[in-house]
Amino acid sequence: MEELKQYGSKPTRFGFGDGLVILGERHSNVVVLGGDITGSVMTSLFKEKFPERFFSIGIAEQNATTIAVGLALSGKIPFFASYGAFCALRNADQLRISVCYNEANVKIGGGHSGISVGPDGATHQVLEEVAFLRTLPHMTLIVPCDYEEAKKATIAIGEMIGPAYIRFGRSPVPLFTTPEHPFEIGKAQVIRQGNHVALIACGSMVWEAMIAAEKLAEKGIQARVINCPSIKPFDFETITVAARECGAIVTAEEHQVHAGLGGAVAEAVVKNHPVPMEFVGVKDSFGGSGEPEELMIKFGLTWREIYASALIAIQRKDGGSLTATRAIKEVAEYKG
Amino acid sequence: MNVEFEQISFENKRKSSKELSVIAREIRRDIIKMLVTAGSGHSGGPLGSSDIFTTLYFNGNMSFDKHNPLYEHRDRFVLSAGHMCPVLYATLANAGMFPKAELATLRKYNTRLQGHPGRDMGLPGIETSSGSLGQGFSIAVGMAMSDKLLDKTEKKVYSLTGDGELQEGSIWEAAMSASHFKLDNFCWIIDNNDCQIDGRIKDVMDVYPIDEKCRAFGFDTVVCDGHNFEELQAAFDVFLNNQKNKTGRPTAIIAKTFMGHGVSFMEDSYKWHGMPPNETQAIQALEEL
Ligand SMILES: Cc1ncc(C[n+]2csc(CCOP(=O)(O)OP(=O)(O)O)c2C)c(N)n1
Repeated sequence: MEELKQYGSKPTRFGFGDGLVILGERHSNVVVLGGDITGSVMTSLFKEKFPERFFSIGIAEQNATTIAVGLALSGKIPFFASYGAFCALRNADQLRISVCYNEANVKIGGGHSGISVGPDGATHQVLEEVAFLRTLPHMTLIVPCDYEEAKKATIAIGEMIGPAYIRFGRSPVPLFTTPEHPFEIGKAQVIRQGNHVALIACGSMVWEAMIAAEKLAEKGIQARVINCPSIKPFDFETITVAARECGAIVTAEEHQVHAGLGGAVAEAVVKNHPVPMEFVGVKDSFGGSGEPEELMIKFGLTWREIYASALIAIQRKDGGSLTATRAIKEVAEYKG
Repeated sequence: MNVEFEQISFENKRKSSKELSVIAREIRRDIIKMLVTAGSGHSGGPLGSSDIFTTLYFNGNMSFDKHNPLYEHRDRFVLSAGHMCPVLYATLANAGMFPKAELATLRKYNTRLQGHPGRDMGLPGIETSSGSLGQGFSIAVGMAMSDKLLDKTEKKVYSLTGDGELQEGSIWEAAMSASHFKLDNFCWIIDNNDCQIDGRIKDVMDVYPIDEKCRAFGFDTVVCDGHNFEELQAAFDVFLNNQKNKTGRPTAIIAKTFMGHGVSFMEDSYKWHGMPPNETQAIQALEEL
């Protein structure tokens, strides 16, 4: 990919909705369960096209999850979608025991992830579910970066066997991958070459990492950017190679800094090739109301934090003395 | 659109239906102004339940002190259907709990009037965060247990749920607990507008008959017209009697309402569950109200 090219903006939830329709056309045993927000998580598209394979379960996420297990154990491929707060955490016990312990072929679409949900506020801005889901045995967990990848990932999880979860967002995000761009469960992709620092991101933060890399290049720093949509299974190899070749890593995600993508990368790096790491994400707090752009700035989820963290990580690698304050000052100059 | 919120505050004591309707109208106008300013949010439920909130907060049913919102002997209200918060914010502002001008900040950056109630914001009158349907109702049962069984006070706890919200299984777990623990100090209000996001209740997931379910779960159950102040007050009187006479029975009020009530183009239409009016629509709505 290398250079930054944007083909407009679209929410990742649209990719989920469109992907589901394609799956419905290909496989007659794909069924969808609704949780009363079908328009907003885009399962309404499937409902219109395949009404006989759509079931409205109402506002009952725990029930929907376990009904899906029953359908899966009867040979169907059930998708249940709601907001991540309610279909990853409200139903956590059901996911753990009935879905994963059974290795049931249940697929969950989790919308309204991250703080870019905007005005709805903290209750709806789920920032913790990646941490939980990636600890579940047998679970596959994908966090796509844009519309195209969300569509491909939806089809891919529908066509694999076993429990899977796809995390998508409400607000439009830049569209920068193409239908030809590869996607494979379990694989991270290097989307920009560089050896001074690796920027590893998922979801909406991949685009921000690409911008940060451009800004770093202006300073003569070549950053490798890695899009890591597959949180589980995890691409240990690509990450370990990045640690070895770059010697410094920054992770970025629209999630708590704890135990999400950053945690997964840290586990891989500490075991295989320890290097200095910095983490960009929400720092142990709940979200709040506001416009998505305001909130991304407030909670430190822009290229600026990735850029500053890259400078810090590189200095740590070189045993240098650039403190966080100085890095942030440099970033302030950019903002000005 | 430039909106202004008139700084008035109404008293909380028994009134005529006519006086109550003046307050309900003001609350509805505030809701329209808040939502058009916010540019997102829920119109339908808040407009439809304005008469319930008016009766609850301005007809002597709830004990609260606008000068001391946290005073120990207050009654508590929990909005389990957190998305309906515009009506609660407008009600609290009209009760003098905070300046009405603050209503203009609904859903904005750093506001105390979050898109769903956030206890962390410290807005007077918000007893708990809510927004994940079903949870507020259980919290309210816990409060009523504390008041009655542990502190042995005369304090009352009210909680409002939607009707779509009744599809959450935890609602019925909480209902079971309320009668098991004989919480005659607990009043459940169901905003029965027969609408939720995807359509009519019976089409999304049929939870009827609600009245028979409430009775089966041990509630003294009253069905009333949620836009008739006399009927609403009569229903609250049933609760007040249960509480005063320590009958050991929790009360459920099933208020039959219309989503978007008061605004012709929103009335009884589930499309307005989660939409704000645009400017033209807001002007028309304010003219009608
Ligand atoms: C646990 C949970 N699931 C889903 C939602 C999303 N949601 C918000 S409001 C709503 C519909 C509520 O219907 P009802 O209780 O009838 O309220 P009304 O439409 O009358 O305002 C849904 C599904 C939520 N807030 N919490």
